[in-house]
Amino acid sequence: MTHLLLAAGNTAVSTPSVSYHALAPIFIVLGAAMLGVLVEAAVPRAERFTVQLMVTIVGLVAALVVVGLLHGTRTTTPSPTGNDAFFAGSLSIDGVGLFLQGTVLALALVAALLVSERSVDVGSPIVASAAVVVGSADDRRLTTADRVQTEVFPLMLFAVSGMLIFPIANNLILMFVALEVLSLPLYLMAGLARRRRLLSQEASLKYFLLGAFASAFFLYGLALLYGYADTVDLPGIFTAQQTSGKSDVLLYTGLALLLVGLLFKASVAPFHNWTVDVYVGAPTPVTAFMASCTKVAAFGAILRVLFVGFSSAEWNWRPVIWAVAIASMVVGAVLGLTQTDIKRILAYSSIAHAGFILVGMVAITKQSTASVMFYVLTYGFTTLAAFGMLMLVRDPDGEATQLARWSGLARKSPVVATVMTVLLLSMAGIPLTSGFTGKFYVFRAAWDTAGPLVVIALLSSAVAAFFYLRIVVMMFFAEPPVDSPTIAIPGWAASVALTVGVVVTIVLGVFPQPVIDLASKASYFTG
Amino acid sequence: MLAPYLPILLLFALATGFAVFSVGIAPFTGPRRYNKAKLDFYECGIEPTPQPMGPSRFPVKYYLTAMLFIVFDIEIIFLYPYAVANKALGLFGLVEIILFVATVFVAYAYVWRRGGLDWD
Repeated sequence: MTHLLLAAGNTAVSTPSVSYHALAPIFIVLGAAMLGVLVEAAVPRAERFTVQLMVTIVGLVAALVVVGLLHGTRTTTPSPTGNDAFFAGSLSIDGVGLFLQGTVLALALVAALLVSERSVDVGSPIVASAAVVVGSADDRRLTTADRVQTEVFPLMLFAVSGMLIFPIANNLILMFVALEVLSLPLYLMAGLARRRRLLSQEASLKYFLLGAFASAFFLYGLALLYGYADTVDLPGIFTAQQTSGKSDVLLYTGLALLLVGLLFKASVAPFHNWTVDVYVGAPTPVTAFMASCTKVAAFGAILRVLFVGFSSAEWNWRPVIWAVAIASMVVGAVLGLTQTDIKRILAYSSIAHAGFILVGMVAITKQSTASVMFYVLTYGFTTLAAFGMLMLVRDPDGEATQLARWSGLARKSPVVATVMTVLLLSMAGIPLTSGFTGKFYVFRAAWDTAGPLVVIALLSSAVAAFFYLRIVVMMFFAEPPVDSPTIAIPGWAASVALTVGVVVTIVLGVFPQPVIDLASKASYFTG
Repeated sequence: MLAPYLPILLLFALATGFAVFSVGIAPFTGPRRYNKAKLDFYECGIEPTPQPMGPSRFPVKYYLTAMLFIVFDIEIIFLYPYAVANKALGLFGLVEIILFVATVFVAYAYVWRRGGLDWD
């Protein structure tokens, strides 16, 4: 025993060489999150909000700048050393990874501005003290006090750091860690609504339980793949498919279980059950954050798993992607039709959009990779702004999300109605909006390999267009209710966020070429 | 073949023997003076939290202590192997472990400043 320890003490361990510069965006965001926690500890309550917002914005912008500077990088890190190659090359910083990281950071920046909005509701949309029992005297005091909660910013940064690792993880263990790092803060954030707190806490619990369930699937799949390939590296799994003599059952069961975990995060039907309740219960800016950033990260991970780890098994997973894409589009479009609450409609719309994104993944080409990357970008900005608009239309007890309350809104506030119309038209995929260009590129990329699927996608987007247009018609042509909801004037933060969302939606609809070029230039993997 | 495991088996036997012996001998050697406190539930040596009447909630303060314990427990779990192998790990290991301790320190600072260590 003792000589074993002594032996370990005398041999020098070869240290891995890490490309720190390539991982800088992750370190910056994590550092900002840690700084945020220290701010909570050290800064007096009165200044905390401003300082936290500064830390968040500076951190995200700095990380975004570094991602920009890293463009064109093709590197995997850490590099293999000695005989321990287990984590060698477990992160690959390549075009797809950097593009998606940049997208996550840009979307998170806008979402952070929405979270920091303090003009539309007393305090902020986030509950000041989440641990206070609902309905107690303390709770009633808090709803009218303008005390504000600032822990949400570090939580958000931690989630973003997970989202930055998720799409560049080349190693399934690391991908799992990233999945948890991005999920745990989201579970908490979902329960922080200032109004309708029980609903919010229910959403948080549901998300947590189902998320843990999905994580278990992911882990089981990982274990089976390890059994098949003797490695958890995606390139290693790819090589093993040519060389391994083990049963293919392990491989395909493993891949299927892995995909369940990933599709859950991307809220693809039939793993979408949590989506609607969680999106409705969570505070609206947090919903916006979840609907945009989580989707980008999740589809990034799916893209990498399928296109790097399983590109030679394409014939085996393509039917699965077909099936879940169709299920997702149909569930989103058909169930969206029956809803009477705008937040629920947007949630079902996000399920349908997840299906559209999957359509782009049926063919392994540079073009389809680029189209998926472009689509998540356009969808992210549109959905952020759309959820942000929900914060503005208010009843005395919170947001007026009932569809009936939105009728005749154009008479009360033409600006809100027009902006919402632009966003909804983009979601429906009407030309001159980013939603159209996104859909166009995804469908064009899939057309050669999956013509019938594209036809189904077009049909379901036509069905989905109906419920978007129904909202537009209600806003402009229906009579307003007697006690029509008030339109809150957003403060600078939400104004900037909404403006960015709408401008990106229109610009990428009219003049998408530079971003499409960027996406196609960035559509390379480093395995 | 089994020789290296003999000390472990011996340690097992010793530990079991000690536990059985101390518990077994106590009723015969110790004094018996029963009082109310001795028949009470055991909660870390502190007076048990009274159960509330009716369907109200009761404070669950132990969870904070438990969570903190786990955080620092994990820290120690990583520190011991590092301490054993610190020479071999060299400067890289030192930097890594300092980063790790700093991370836990941030959590500690947060808990301390926000009153997580106060009972009331």
